Amino acid sequence: MNQSTDSWSKVIQPKSSLLDLKLKEVWEYRDLIMIFVRRDIVAVYKQTVLGPLWFFLGPLFTVVTFTFVFRNIANISTENIPAPIFYLAGTTLWNYFSASFNGTSNIFVANASIFGKVYFPRLVAPISQIISNLLKFFIQLLMFFVFWVYYYLNGQISINSYALLFPLLVVLMALMSLGIGIIISSMTTKYRDLQNFIGFGLTLLMYATPVIYPISAIPEAYQPFIQFNPLSPIIETFRYGFTGAGTFSWGALAYCSGFTAVVLLIGLVMFNQTERTFMDTV
Amino acid sequence: MSTVIKVENLAKQYRLGLVGTGTLRDDLIGWWYNLRGKENPIHKIGEVNDRTQKSQSDYVWALQNINFEVQQGDVMGIIGRNGAGKSTLLKLLSRVTAPTTGSIKLKGRIASLLEVGTGFHPELTGKENIFLNGAILGMRKHEIKRRFDEIVHFAGVERYIDTPVKRYSSGMYVRLAFGVAAHLESEILIVDEVLAVGDAEFQKKCLGKMGDINKGEGRTILFVSHNMASVRELCNRAMILEKGTVAQIGPVEKLVRSYVQNPLLVKSENDLIDDAKSRRGHGEVRFTKIEINSGQTFLDPDKEIVIEFSCKVFKPISSLYCYMAVKGVLNSDFVTSIGPLRIADAPLSEGQLIHFKMTIPAGTLRTGMYPLYFWTGKLKEGPIGENYPYDVIDSVYYMNITSDKNERDLGYNPDQPGGYFNMPCKLSDVTFI
Repeated sequence: MNQSTDSWSKVIQPKSSLLDLKLKEVWEYRDLIMIFVRRDIVAVYKQTVLGPLWFFLGPLFTVVTFTFVFRNIANISTENIPAPIFYLAGTTLWNYFSASFNGTSNIFVANASIFGKVYFPRLVAPISQIISNLLKFFIQLLMFFVFWVYYYLNGQISINSYALLFPLLVVLMALMSLGIGIIISSMTTKYRDLQNFIGFGLTLLMYATPVIYPISAIPEAYQPFIQFNPLSPIIETFRYGFTGAGTFSWGALAYCSGFTAVVLLIGLVMFNQTERTFMDTV
Repeated sequence: MSTVIKVENLAKQYRLGLVGTGTLRDDLIGWWYNLRGKENPIHKIGEVNDRTQKSQSDYVWALQNINFEVQQGDVMGIIGRNGAGKSTLLKLLSRVTAPTTGSIKLKGRIASLLEVGTGFHPELTGKENIFLNGAILGMRKHEIKRRFDEIVHFAGVERYIDTPVKRYSSGMYVRLAFGVAAHLESEILIVDEVLAVGDAEFQKKCLGKMGDINKGEGRTILFVSHNMASVRELCNRAMILEKGTVAQIGPVEKLVRSYVQNPLLVKSENDLIDDAKSRRGHGEVRFTKIEINSGQTFLDPDKEIVIEFSCKVFKPISSLYCYMAVKGVLNSDFVTSIGPLRIADAPLSEGQLIHFKMTIPAGTLRTGMYPLYFWTGKLKEGPIGENYPYDVIDSVYYMNITSDKNERDLGYNPDQPGGYFNMPCKLSDVTFI
């Protein structure tokens, strides 16, 4: 055989380089990402009567419950703005994070049957999760804006220029949930212990994030803990920009961005190492 | 012709049993060795993988020391018994999982069809699934669009194309899945034993299609099957896997022959018992030994064929009949049969050994390969009911009738015998007017 090695279009070996993230290959499979996204969206309301309306009903009930429990019973401050819009801002963002994270964190286990039979860059699956949840997020955002317009016209809330940071917030949230999600999914292929934790861990994380309370309502001594949570700046910024309630800090946002970048990189490396042989242990 | 697949020193290790705390310990050991730059002791090439032997270690080498090359345009048949490593090899080739050691070098895109309904989403319609499957196999949307009609037509599911595939029959699943894979623009096509689900007509169509894409488009195909007829028909080269290693590799004709003769022969009553497809029956009597012409490999069409049987009675029986059928290798229909022949019509007690012979006169069968079907049992009592089988051995033994005579001496072309029998027929009254 006189062929030089570079004439091979693909060489399969036991180990791959840590930094070979195969992003180019993922790009070549962009059609598949879009089809997966479509599949995820369509599968939610196939064989339902209300169809896409289900995307609205969940958050609506949540907000009603939150308003009743946290505002009316527990009497937690919502910083001078009406409780529904306060909770809606928090839960809409939180729901996106939580749905994407849930979707990506068990991507190997949930897709074992398809991953086991055919190859495509595995990263396609979590990415499509992020995107399909993004679409659902935008639908829910519509509802947020319906409420927002109502309260805005009533003069109960105000908007400021920090609202322009919105696209950045969405990107940060998407990448952060992707990063953390694929780290968890890489760690759970062999040992499922972590998966048991995720269920209640996510609920706990919500309470450690200013979803149902403003940071200002936290006793001073505990505030660093909440600010340590990289999700806090995202939700606070969003709420501050669109309603004027809460606080904003560039430092917190920078910390959040840095965290996202690190987590995403670690996640990609771990994911690529795991995807090669996860079928043997899943 | 260039090499499109080159496999070197390939090996794959799996863990036996369940993943548990022992796994964590082994992982830690492996990690500790890696940290010190030493080879993981668990990855040392170990014992041969024999499905029937209980292993000493918790790990198993599904494949070891695999080396081979495939040239462009080859249709390589991969044959071997259950657990020989065929599917593992295909999984490594199609990148479903990574090898433990060694490397695979490929030229071109691979499309693989490893199992029925790969990547089909039950809620989506046939049409949506075609696009999904195509994209999974690496096709762009416009490529799929261009071939969409062709795929639907090939699969023959026009009527159901807008129905969710969860309502499909398993045959329709395979039709659609194969349709997509076959119409992909890939250089290498990998097909595991999936076609068995489809009906005979569709299997034929698939084999034909694979032949077409191989000859017409020069695509390379790797084909796993237990059906020697399809392997012979489709492939030009073959590889026999045995216990995780390559036992033989070469021209298909020679390998199929050596594979079917490779004596997986019945030597005792328990052989092949677990292989439900080839051995059945209730077990009152078992064949303990069957020998054709004293174990001769090639049979001469001009000599008589003597088949010797040994049986043993395990439970008392009232009568014993025997039946033999000669099957065709291409479609496994019975070519002809003899029996039921009465061996004993009186009760036989446990432990009784029986020997008998059947003789096929010289010049009966033409050249070719014939799977044999042996049956022993008792006949149905009265006009209704069914014959009761004690032991059935199906397509384990083959008669391989070959001749070195030429067409003129034999009266037919030994390579294309044009049938199974020498039919007695006389030509006469030829007149020129």
